[in-house]
Amino acid sequence: MWRDAVLVAGKDLRIEARSRVALWQVLPFAMLALVLFAFALGPGPDALRRAAPGLFWLAVLFSTVLATQRSYAVESGEGTRDGLRLSGLDPAGIFLGKAAAVFVQLALLEVVLWVGVTLLFGVRVHTTWLAVVACLLATVGLASAGVVYGALSAGLRVRETLLPLLVLPVVAPVLLAGSRAWSAAMSGAVASGVGWLRILAPFAVVYLAVGVALYGPLQEAA
Amino acid sequence: MNPALRRGIGLAALASTAATVWLGLWVTPPSVQQGNLVRLVYLHPAIAWDALYVAFGLSAVCSLLYLWRRTRSLFWDRLAAASVEVGVVFNALTLVTGSIWGRPTWGVWWTWDARLTSTALLLVLFLGYLALRRVPAEPEVRARRCAVAALVAFVDVPIVHFSVNWWQTLHQNATVLNADLSPTIHGSMAWTLLLSFVALTLAFVWMVTVRYDIEVMRDQVGEEELEVSLAERWAEAQAAEPVMAGAGLPEGSAPPSPPTSGPAPLDPVLRPGEPAGSGR
Repeated sequence: MWRDAVLVAGKDLRIEARSRVALWQVLPFAMLALVLFAFALGPGPDALRRAAPGLFWLAVLFSTVLATQRSYAVESGEGTRDGLRLSGLDPAGIFLGKAAAVFVQLALLEVVLWVGVTLLFGVRVHTTWLAVVACLLATVGLASAGVVYGALSAGLRVRETLLPLLVLPVVAPVLLAGSRAWSAAMSGAVASGVGWLRILAPFAVVYLAVGVALYGPLQEAA
Repeated sequence: MNPALRRGIGLAALASTAATVWLGLWVTPPSVQQGNLVRLVYLHPAIAWDALYVAFGLSAVCSLLYLWRRTRSLFWDRLAAASVEVGVVFNALTLVTGSIWGRPTWGVWWTWDARLTSTALLLVLFLGYLALRRVPAEPEVRARRCAVAALVAFVDVPIVHFSVNWWQTLHQNATVLNADLSPTIHGSMAWTLLLSFVALTLAFVWMVTVRYDIEVMRDQVGEEELEVSLAERWAEAQAAEPVMAGAGLPEGSAPPSPPTSGPAPLDPVLRPGEPAGSGR
């Protein structure tokens, strides 16, 4: 399973490294979202700083939708999905691999967004480790939930419209807990921040487990 | 389902709902704090119970039973679908009745209270399920896809619940099912409240059985439409064949012709890929 996961993750990341779709489309989209949020809220630095954690995670959520869509768009070539299915790779391994690839992309995106909110919104993170742990846990959850739903809607003609409707409500707790944890990290309220990590961690574990358990039947249904 | 049993459930639902209305509007006293507004307690909690626990719990169990190989049957898939669809209606009604209650008591139609928020999120989650169900597919493929989606959404419910609970909450705590299981209201009010749960659950069950039958019929219509259009295609091909032959086409380029025994509309042999056991 782990070997298969590494293979699939390597394949997906290699495709991304060569095609640069994530770099030239998803990343600019996320930055654009930050700028648009600023337009929506006005230039006052206080309002922006207060809203920054939520906006950061909202941008991450939207990018998750794009990244998972992309993760299955690379499988949409002629017979590619059947090839993957017939390759004899463990479905759990395929799931972990795809989730890992999405995780890496989202993690990089969060680094850039972090710089973005620091520069554009004047955010200063007081407790860095809290923000980093929140990012890691949240991203594991987002990547696994996203990949599960990506597999579910892959190959459907309505996938572009269906995927956000399916994914966004499910990952809503990540938005909630992630932005609260970030607010806590910004103000240095470690205790309350750690409390929110207790939402993010189970979410990540549950969706990793769900993906590992259900990816087999999911693949057959696609 | 046995029609007599279903009629029985329907009548019981009607009778108990009528009794709830009578008890709730005329027999029970108004509350000291809320006056007549308290009468919404005979409607709102019961609807919420059906939507949030019965409907979505049932759909999760059915989805699990469908995914488990030994119990795999389209019966579970259809039951899950029926349950979610009725559950979504009840869920929306929960929000509407809650909103009607919230306006005079809290002064707002909507507030970002924990329960309201998680109920609304649940509604969207299961609207996604229904959207997925509407995507055309083979019944087995759709069933599996939807079963996975229902389970993935279902495991989110406790997480949603806990995460939004950490917000400060306006909503009053559970009255009937509180920790020590002793109802905090008394007398005729408690009985009416209990009856409302029975009445609306019966109504829920009745609606699910009707909805289940609709699901069966919908699948049948799909199959029959396929048969009819197949028969039409065969007939077209038959009609076109003499013309083609008269035009002097070479033997090999003739359109695919039906079996030589002539058109056989609605012949059961022509049903391709009919799902086994779909008659349940």
